[in-house]
Amino acid sequence: MTSQTVTPDATEATLAAEEQQPDPRTGRAIRLTEVVTLYALSIASALVLSAVLVSVTGGSWSEVMDALLKGSIRAPGRWGLTLGTAVPLLLVALGTIINAKAGLVNIGQEGQLAIGAATATYVGVRLDAPGPIAIGALCLAGIGGGALWASIAGGLRFYRGVPEVLTSLLLVTVAANLVGYGLKNRWLLLAPAEGRANRNQVSKQLAAGSRLPRFEIFGNSIPLSVLIAVVLAVAVSAGLARSVWGFRLRMLGQNPRAAQRAGVSEHRYGMVAMAASGGFAGLAGALMLAGGDFGNYQLVPGFAANIGWTGLLVALVAREKAVVAIIVAFVFASLRTGSGFLAATGVERRITDVVQALIVLALLVPPAILFIRERRRALAAIKARV
Amino acid sequence: MSDFSSGLFDVLGSESMYTAAARFAGVLAFAAVGEWIAERAGTLNISLEGMMLGGAFAAALGYHHTESIWVGLLCGTAAGFVVALLQANLSHRLTANPFVVGLTLNILVLGLVGFLTGELDPQSRTASVVEIPLLSDIPLVGAALFGQTWPLYLLYPLIPLAWWLVYRTRWGLEVRSVGEDPQAADVSGIPVNKRRRQAILLAGMTSGLGGAYLLLGQVGRFEDSIVAGRGFIAIVAVIFGGWTLAGTVLGCLLFGTVLSFRLSLPGLGYELNNELLSALPFLVTIIAMAFFARRVRQPRSLARPFVRGLR
Repeated sequence: MTSQTVTPDATEATLAAEEQQPDPRTGRAIRLTEVVTLYALSIASALVLSAVLVSVTGGSWSEVMDALLKGSIRAPGRWGLTLGTAVPLLLVALGTIINAKAGLVNIGQEGQLAIGAATATYVGVRLDAPGPIAIGALCLAGIGGGALWASIAGGLRFYRGVPEVLTSLLLVTVAANLVGYGLKNRWLLLAPAEGRANRNQVSKQLAAGSRLPRFEIFGNSIPLSVLIAVVLAVAVSAGLARSVWGFRLRMLGQNPRAAQRAGVSEHRYGMVAMAASGGFAGLAGALMLAGGDFGNYQLVPGFAANIGWTGLLVALVAREKAVVAIIVAFVFASLRTGSGFLAATGVERRITDVVQALIVLALLVPPAILFIRERRRALAAIKARV
Repeated sequence: MSDFSSGLFDVLGSESMYTAAARFAGVLAFAAVGEWIAERAGTLNISLEGMMLGGAFAAALGYHHTESIWVGLLCGTAAGFVVALLQANLSHRLTANPFVVGLTLNILVLGLVGFLTGELDPQSRTASVVEIPLLSDIPLVGAALFGQTWPLYLLYPLIPLAWWLVYRTRWGLEVRSVGEDPQAADVSGIPVNKRRRQAILLAGMTSGLGGAYLLLGQVGRFEDSIVAGRGFIAIVAVIFGGWTLAGTVLGCLLFGTVLSFRLSLPGLGYELNNELLSALPFLVTIIAMAFFARRVRQPRSLARPFVRGLR
């Protein structure tokens, strides 16, 4: 680089020098410290911001933290509830991950979840079958409903050229109103008059047999769905990384043209990915219904309760890694259950929304900065070589 | 059937229906005009809802402290600007996923506003009605368009201004090129992400103003459910309008009318399915897109982030 006259010896010398220069091990160590510092800094600033907000309005941050921890983990019976809350978040996130790997952007999980919960209710309250069969049928109905709802967006994307981002978002409101309509009509979801004690829009309760079994550990009652969700997370992770199907899906996401040349049908795999994403959201809805941590084993208006939106955030904060999503889902569920104990501190419980949003924003920043720095370094390296 | 058509005439012939429709449409149009510019630049801002809510809250706060509608409107605009600043810099400087940023900002603003309303409890009122002479005497639509609370009239210069900005200035040409083909724009020396950020900031300001108008021009008292999905409907109006300004305004009028039916129909003695009415703007847009998506050209790089050297 420095020598103007290029002789074979000189080039070899510079090449050798270049090879010596970046020692991969120290490079990796520097990168690791960079990553850790960045994450620590941004999460700390998110927490400091929330703390400032609480103390400016006259609350005490240490009390808030204490209440959050108590409400989510420390108080008796709470971490079981947190686990139960984390299940639908994780399931929605898993679907989103499959979908994102295929290069599609589905942001309508909230609606797919609502539809899944509604179809599961429809089947669940009508089917008179022994426990396991009823639960299985209810879950399948949920998966089917969610998958069908997502397939509307998928079909419009692949057969009519409408971006799936827009349609999946628009379908959320349509889904919410559809479920609302169902809850007003006896032939759809509304419970018979004698069973609902003057409440207007509420479905029949699931029969005791078709509820998910719960088991007790250290005084915490945990629904069986926790196991299902964790198994599914590992399966999705392995399936995406190791199976031919997962490989094709990732290929489609990273380079659609190369995928097409290799014989991966965009329509087929894209539709499957959309349906899978909706199916997972629908399953989340079904398990919310049958699990018992949300509502009273019955469908009410607003049943989805932002779980779909939050699950989408879980997937993206976990950077589309299914196993990481388990942890992220638990953290987000803790904020949700923890907020239940905030009333005692006198601080408005909406502060948890603020904390959660700030944490998400804080988690978005480091990867973005790292990405930009990496690119700058790569560009500098190329420039230096030219 | 004749019953239905006479009913339709009843509704279309009533001045109050037009007034209610114009109110809904006005709020939508403030946000949609800005979002139209932002979408022409190739960005899709889900945080529009948050911008409007922030605008409404800041307007209430501004009015509470100064008792001036003008200050309230300015505060609303500023709040929308701040939310947009976050959206723009996170998604088009740091290249974070714009949808995640948008969703998170909506949650953040909703949480923040809910939290602060409990603590501060701002008081406000609606601005006075100003009837523009002559114009407000036009039968049927006169009172609806020219007999409203005065902040609505800010919208009328805003629409041609947006048109002029996008179609008649160098900046507008650059914004449009950035939305169509960012690579080509980049090669010709246009700062792609800067133009996108600027477009988002504009969207934030108009949405904030829209939120402020909603509060100070119509509702008069702040509550955190005040925006109630209008931000999303404004986005939908831009899409429905096929990314043209005239179409966007038309979309706002149409959806404003549909939304106002919920208020005006029962008053005239008609009942329509509430769920259907709420879902109608979204359904209509989906169906319209399904039929016209290939004919109507959306900005080619809509919702595609730009990083130099990548695809």
